[in-house]
Amino acid sequence: MKKVLIVCGNGLGSSFIVEMNVKKILKEINKDAEVAHTDMTSAKSESADIILSAKDIAEHLSGHSAKVFGLSNLLDNNKIKEILEENI
Amino acid sequence: MLHFIIYDVLGTPAILVGLFSLIGLLLQEKAVSEVISGTLKTIMGFVILTSGAGIIANTLTIFSQLFEYSFHIQGVVPNTDAMAALAQKNYGTATAMIMVLGMLINIVLARLTPLKYIFLTGHHTLYMAAMLAVILSVGGLSGFWVVAIGAIILGAMMVISPAILQPFTRKITNTDDLALGHFGSTGYLISALVGKVVGKGSPSIEEVKVPKSLNFLRDSSVAISLTMMILFLVLVSVAGKSFVEETLSAGQNYIIFAIIQSLTFAAGVYIILAGVRMVIAEIVPAFKGIADKLVKDAKPALDCPTVFPFAPNAVIVGFLSSFVAGLVSMFLCPMFGLSVIVPGLVPHFFCGATAGVYGNITGGRRGAVVGAFAHGLLISFLPAILLPMMGDMGLGSTTFGDADFGVVGIILSHIIAIFN
Repeated sequence: MKKVLIVCGNGLGSSFIVEMNVKKILKEINKDAEVAHTDMTSAKSESADIILSAKDIAEHLSGHSAKVFGLSNLLDNNKIKEILEENI
Repeated sequence: MLHFIIYDVLGTPAILVGLFSLIGLLLQEKAVSEVISGTLKTIMGFVILTSGAGIIANTLTIFSQLFEYSFHIQGVVPNTDAMAALAQKNYGTATAMIMVLGMLINIVLARLTPLKYIFLTGHHTLYMAAMLAVILSVGGLSGFWVVAIGAIILGAMMVISPAILQPFTRKITNTDDLALGHFGSTGYLISALVGKVVGKGSPSIEEVKVPKSLNFLRDSSVAISLTMMILFLVLVSVAGKSFVEETLSAGQNYIIFAIIQSLTFAAGVYIILAGVRMVIAEIVPAFKGIADKLVKDAKPALDCPTVFPFAPNAVIVGFLSSFVAGLVSMFLCPMFGLSVIVPGLVPHFFCGATAGVYGNITGGRRGAVVGAFAHGLLISFLPAILLPMMGDMGLGSTTFGDADFGVVGIILSHIIAIFN
């Protein structure tokens, strides 16, 4: 089971919305993965296979073992769908 | 039995919030395992956030003693997360009731009025509920009225706040399908309007090269640690080694003491955020699920970082400009007989950045700078004016930071005063 982690500055608002969207998209494309959201501080110590975040935050997560995808629009569900289809 | 339900179940905020989440999970027809884990996590989240508040309270007491001793005036570092958590100790039940009823009123208003917004920034819903619980209780209203009036105001704010920004949000995101749901909206509106006035013909800030190195401040733990460390180090230097080591630190070296205290505050906020995350994780999807069923063409209103990627330069410039205004206000506030509001990096970063984005869309480069500066003044003066209206909660060293909390709190306090 792969794990998708969504990261934003506070780990409260925008990453949570993206998490809900990711869960919906996974259902649509009939794939299964663990999905969670968190803040920048915790992201470093949390394991994941795929990380989604805004572009500027992605730059700070480059050292993470996961594949990091920086989104220029957090709500671009088509882009997110592409990423999920290719990587899960 | 009735006594048990009213006083023990409804009177224990953690249990009450857990109950709401249980109902939400059952309504979504989740599996039994998910219902159990979701309910437990919600209750645990509430316990975690109140523990974080306890850690912070201690540090803030030391901060205020230091500030008073050094400058003979009250100093306050606005932190909405911390303030809302502190309020749970005495106003937890009212907060939980206002939050859930407010969400229901949001859905009703979105269904019946042209304002089709569903406010999905759950932590802000919780914080605004806390602020309303404090203001209405301090104003002397009884339990029922605190909840009823609080919920109506919260529900109304949940559609009004995204609505006032929508003309500008539409321009920023190039779509009318989503809105900004953040209780700093009056500040962003001011910034957009100021941008309109000053920014005639100013080019967009996105054509300028801005150093990206400040982006690390988006990590709120780092931003809080930095602010508090600088503050505490300044305070212990002014107060002097002997005062600190004899009266506060029980002999611990004053510099080490300052560093540990500042990081303890940051750790407290980190714990609060972890708890808040767990509390809203179950409640928001239920709210969204109900709203999707009942409101056709609902527009989700989302947290402010949603607009950041559309104008990355405005984010940095907006933060800097807002923060400078906060520094200026430190000297201005006492002239008006107000407490010193120490600018926190977190409210200035998240809200100042958003103000920059809105100022840029109406007034380009100049709009971003001047609009965010106006916003910075606003989030310094509003908390200072709000402080005395919060009873004992106003005597602490932190308060609600984002603009709408001040606007709603101040107006509401005055209305209550008329009736009394």
